Amino acid sequence: MSFTVSIQTQDFDVSQELAALRAGDARVGAVCSFLGTVRERNDGSSVASMELEHYPGMTEKSIAAMMDEAQKRFDIYAARVIHRVGLLHPEDQIVFVAVTSAHRGESFKACEFLMDYLKTQAPFWKKEVTPEGARWVDARVSDDQALARWGIEASNSVAS
Amino acid sequence: MNVTLKYFASIREAIGQGSESVSTHAATLSALREELIARGGAYADALAHGRAVRMALNQDLCDESAVLSEGCEVAFFPPVTGG
Repeated sequence: MSFTVSIQTQDFDVSQELAALRAGDARVGAVCSFLGTVRERNDGSSVASMELEHYPGMTEKSIAAMMDEAQKRFDIYAARVIHRVGLLHPEDQIVFVAVTSAHRGESFKACEFLMDYLKTQAPFWKKEVTPEGARWVDARVSDDQALARWGIEASNSVAS
Repeated sequence: MNVTLKYFASIREAIGQGSESVSTHAATLSALREELIARGGAYADALAHGRAVRMALNQDLCDESAVLSEGCEVAFFPPVTGG
């Protein structure tokens, strides 16, 4: 049983991560994963690069809390979250979430739950470099709505 | 009491520093935000009411009703955009 999170500048190997997550656990019959990558366009502009900032300490704490919540909600055996920070370019891998379970339904759901949670609750910020200059990425209302589907109220994109 | 303040992303850039230590009589995060706004300038602008400012107390997301304690860590940042 392993629930781990890594915040890192370096790239990662998806195949190695998936193999490690289920290694030695013959109960596993399903492994679901999500890989987020840098798009070349966002909000109508081309993106040359982006800088990802985070809140060291709180980032790890918030993702550990969401993994705890995923374990309570779904019948899963292990989960892995990797999020890169620092300078990234189009096509680079940014975020990886993987979950194991006996049958596919639980790991599919847990994987989506973890990503929906991460989008509005984990303290990361993206700053894009575009032809019009550098700009901080705006939060999306649709991400709050995605988490609401799980019965969790999020107000990340709301003014206060 | 002594409080450590942290700022991130656009708020960090506007204020011009990532962290500072302050001595305050504010009992709640709301009162602390008012003290910072009262400094004027970049603080008043970056932390103004009506802006999308997220807050954390001791590294947990919270709202303005959160109660401060000696040595606590308070963070102000814009909506998160990871993933």
